Amino acid sequence: MDTLAPATFDVARIRQDFPILSQPQARGRPLVFLDSGASAQKPRVVIDAMVRCMETAYANVHRGAYRLSELATNSYEAAREATARFINAVDAREIVFTRNSTEAMNLVAHGWGRGVMKPGQAVLISELEHHANIVPWQMLRDDKGNELRVCRITDSGELDLDDLEMKLADGKVGLVAIAHMSNVLGTVTPVERIVAMAHAHGAKVLLDGSQAAVHRRVDVQAIGCDFYCFTGHKLYGPTGIGVLWGKPEHLDRMPPMLGGGDMISYVTFEKSEWAPVPAKFEAGTPAIVEAVGLHAAIDYVTAIGMPAIEAHERSLVDHATSTLATVPGLTLLGAAQDRGGVFAFALDAAHPHDLATLLDRAGIAVRAGRHCAEPLHTRFGLENGTTRASFGLYTTREEIDILAQALTEAREFFR
Amino acid sequence: MSGLFDDLRDLYQEVILDHGRKPRNFRRLDDADATARGDNPMCGDRIELFIRRAPDGSIADAAFQGRGCAISTASASLMTETVKGKTADEAKDLGAKFRELAMTGVCPDCGASFADEMERLAPLSGVHEFPSRVKCATLAWHTLNAALDGAKEASSE
Repeated sequence: MDTLAPATFDVARIRQDFPILSQPQARGRPLVFLDSGASAQKPRVVIDAMVRCMETAYANVHRGAYRLSELATNSYEAAREATARFINAVDAREIVFTRNSTEAMNLVAHGWGRGVMKPGQAVLISELEHHANIVPWQMLRDDKGNELRVCRITDSGELDLDDLEMKLADGKVGLVAIAHMSNVLGTVTPVERIVAMAHAHGAKVLLDGSQAAVHRRVDVQAIGCDFYCFTGHKLYGPTGIGVLWGKPEHLDRMPPMLGGGDMISYVTFEKSEWAPVPAKFEAGTPAIVEAVGLHAAIDYVTAIGMPAIEAHERSLVDHATSTLATVPGLTLLGAAQDRGGVFAFALDAAHPHDLATLLDRAGIAVRAGRHCAEPLHTRFGLENGTTRASFGLYTTREEIDILAQALTEAREFFR
Repeated sequence: MSGLFDDLRDLYQEVILDHGRKPRNFRRLDDADATARGDNPMCGDRIELFIRRAPDGSIADAAFQGRGCAISTASASLMTETVKGKTADEAKDLGAKFRELAMTGVCPDCGASFADEMERLAPLSGVHEFPSRVKCATLAWHTLNAALDGAKEASSE
């Protein structure tokens, strides 16, 4: 398919791959979709792959001794292999399909936190985490007593590595769980450095790649982390499918979270024996069609090239940084050196919710609120939340200009 | 200036922008005999409502504090103005009518009993076209019900 292999990054051509971008909005305005950080739009190849699966090759996986079931099983396992290649895992068996990143992190909290860590060991997160990387550890703490430590961030929204070192120093931290990229500040965290520091103190590392995996090449072997997770729907794939990667020796030690079919190797009424990873963690009928969709999404971004996607995003980040600075009364949250295409801001004259309603009228979709990161907003004294524009590979500089102009007019409206 | 957002003047009428910027009765009532907190978890709107009753049980004073968008702040401000002097039952009845107005844009049987009050609240009727914002407008009234019923917390969820 020629849409899969553009010679250079041609955003106009890429936009043609996404049917929703040509849907006219209210009053005929074009859609300016700046909420890809919450969930990205889907290219035609993903939609078609899922439809094709259901029309021609659908059955349950791993059980039917008939052709359709074999076809579906092959498709499902091919998605696992594509996912492994996408993040440079050593082996596809290191890939566990989950519902989303949230479930992946809960699986680590259950399997590693409850199953492997000692009650005296602590979990270390940071102030910039999404609720999905806060609440599971609070639940672990309340259930098993594992202390929860929080690494500070600086006013520019970067991890305070001195604080990280200090909180690792007593050797009690069993797991460091940190976002690879903040969904509010855009900060890309220095993951190789975090891993080196954590490992030096005997702690394992889980990285929440929900945002980062969309925007840059992830190589779990080069990073050296122990667990990495991301979600399909932010990567231009469908909802309902996420990924947990773990080192096989860790996954082997983790007890399953859900019991049921497909996750056992043998069952009697007295006891059951777990299937090997990853089946051990995939009880019940999995998200078969969604795995096929994720596979298509991975093929799509891989064909465009993660370096090209990253370069496009860098140019958007530079453009947004300078353009948003010209909007009167606008304060950007976070100013990290290494950042991705997520911009949260406060506008002096307007509450984020009112602002989002206005922008919607201009055909601009942004998110308003605290973006599942309430403690982070409290940290910056922004209890009302912020308005957030987040970019995808189809985002253009013109869309950022439209946003900036609308923000300027919105401010006048409320003054 | 004629601009991008002119047609939103129905939602953000001048009276709403005014009450949003300068809410009335925006204070703590130290001698309150009923209070309640209202939360809109989706957007973080949060108000604390204070009610003082007269000896006959009617609402002698109503005030609020908190934070929120222009709609929720203006709605709370207008509410504290309109419920003063009402009995608890009258205030709840008015609240029910207001919620109908906010959700549908009209309230056919409102004219009979609370014509003046509903006219004061009418600028908020525009929210019915914005389903995600209806809760902003009704939060204060949910909180009023909670305060009058002796509950401590209300949620617009």
